[in-house]
Amino acid sequence: MELVKPEFGLIFWMSISFLIVVFLMRKFAWGPILSSLKERETSISDALNAAKKAKEEVANMTAENERILQEARNERDVLLREARETKDQIINESRAKAQVEGDRLITLAREAITNEKMAAITDLKNQVAYLSIEIAEKMIRQKLSNDEQQKALVQEMLKDVKMN
Amino acid sequence: MLKYKRLALLSILTFAMFTLIFSINVAQDSSHNQLPQTETVSVDEHAHGDAATTADHSESGAGEGHAAEKLNAGKIIMEHVADAHGWHLWGHTEIPLPIILYSSDRGMAMFSSARFEHGHKTYNGYMLQGQKVVAVNEMGEMDAHHATVNDAVTANIFDISITKNVASIFICCGLMLLIFTNIASAYTRKRKGLAPTGLQNAMEPIIMFVRDDLIKPSIGHKYEKYLPYLLTVFFFIWIANLMGLIPVFPFGANLTGSISIALTLAVFTFVIVTVNANKNYWEHVFMMPGVPKGVLVLLTPIEILGVFLRPFVLMIRLFANITAGHIIALAFFSLIFIFGQNGMGVGLAVSPLTLVFTVFMTVLELLVAFLQAYVFTMLSAVYIGAAIEEHHH
Repeated sequence: MELVKPEFGLIFWMSISFLIVVFLMRKFAWGPILSSLKERETSISDALNAAKKAKEEVANMTAENERILQEARNERDVLLREARETKDQIINESRAKAQVEGDRLITLAREAITNEKMAAITDLKNQVAYLSIEIAEKMIRQKLSNDEQQKALVQEMLKDVKMN
Repeated sequence: MLKYKRLALLSILTFAMFTLIFSINVAQDSSHNQLPQTETVSVDEHAHGDAATTADHSESGAGEGHAAEKLNAGKIIMEHVADAHGWHLWGHTEIPLPIILYSSDRGMAMFSSARFEHGHKTYNGYMLQGQKVVAVNEMGEMDAHHATVNDAVTANIFDISITKNVASIFICCGLMLLIFTNIASAYTRKRKGLAPTGLQNAMEPIIMFVRDDLIKPSIGHKYEKYLPYLLTVFFFIWIANLMGLIPVFPFGANLTGSISIALTLAVFTFVIVTVNANKNYWEHVFMMPGVPKGVLVLLTPIEILGVFLRPFVLMIRLFANITAGHIIALAFFSLIFIFGQNGMGVGLAVSPLTLVFTVFMTVLELLVAFLQAYVFTMLSAVYIGAAIEEHHH
């Protein structure tokens, strides 16, 4: 029965040593070890989370890039269309303007031509009148020497005037 | 709140008294038990102690050295399993350990156990009876065989000698502190932020295992407060168990197989459980909710008994497992010498077989060493978990 009899000395030393050991281990071993383990666990999980986040970010960025690219493409298309429209418009406008200008110029030219023609006709009439007067003068100088002739001439002239 | 603190104190006191009564009963048992010395394997060590005062005191401590005597395997085994005042190395060589006594009649006394000369001499009014220090009437140094035991003084001796087991406690504690402060410094200074190597790497998974698979699921989210105690208990038991398996100095003491050690650890767990127990725990002990009054009359005594039974079972389990392992391993080994009594050849012939058995037992004990540390820590954690558990009705 010696084996199952608790001994005072052993319990005494065991209690003291164990309490001291628990205290020392808590302060110098378990404290640092457990806090380091915890720190490491949190740092690992943080790193994993960060990696996950980074991955998501990259995915987001790719999507964003795609979107921006698409937008740029759309914008380019819009710009091109607009440019084409503008070009057409400009061409049409120019054409219309040219037409109007041409018409105007033609009208002006026509007017000028008419004016010139009238001037020329007037000039010609004056010339013709002058020449006629000169001819008539000359003829009159010649023919007025004879009465008969004078009469005939006047007759003739009258006839002409009537015809006018 | 105060009410429960008082209840806690009451429980601790009851348990202390219970243990005291238990040990007194056992003590009376052993002193009245005058068994005749038998030659079988199951020998009562104390019976030998009584006989030792008269005749064959000479073989105490080194029984196997005397070829002329009939081999007493039971005695050898019990000597190896029990505590001692000297650390036996080989043959007749042993390291004497300090004897520290306090007696209300004679005051403090401190001297080397070598003064007793293996129980042959008295010293300073004391002598060794088996491994027990008893007071004698004669104060000087004299032959122990002629001394007369003073029972009145003996009853009042507080023996706080540094015995083999006490020295083993110190070695185990020192080893633990050495190992774990070393590992701690690896975490905080030497290899901070680096991958663990060596001892740190070896211990880390065990620490993590104990924390994550043993303590956390048993206690719940408030586990961190109890981690230092439970981890210390686990590694103390484990290292002490392993030390017990190494047969050479400074190991080999049957530390965890000593009932005093198991008792102390169980009491620590009991105190922690009782001090930290919440209202809910006591309610379940004294007034199990949802149970009719009539059944409570039956249930409450069982529950109260259970409160004390748990640490008791914790103690018995550790003590019995480790001691049994030691006894069986030693018994197998002793077979060589038991058969050897029938002639050198027989002993040699049996030795390979017993060696296989012994190796098998030792390997099994390696497993048991871990298993008992595991079981003790887990059950402690489960008890603590049950005591602090919050019920949501």
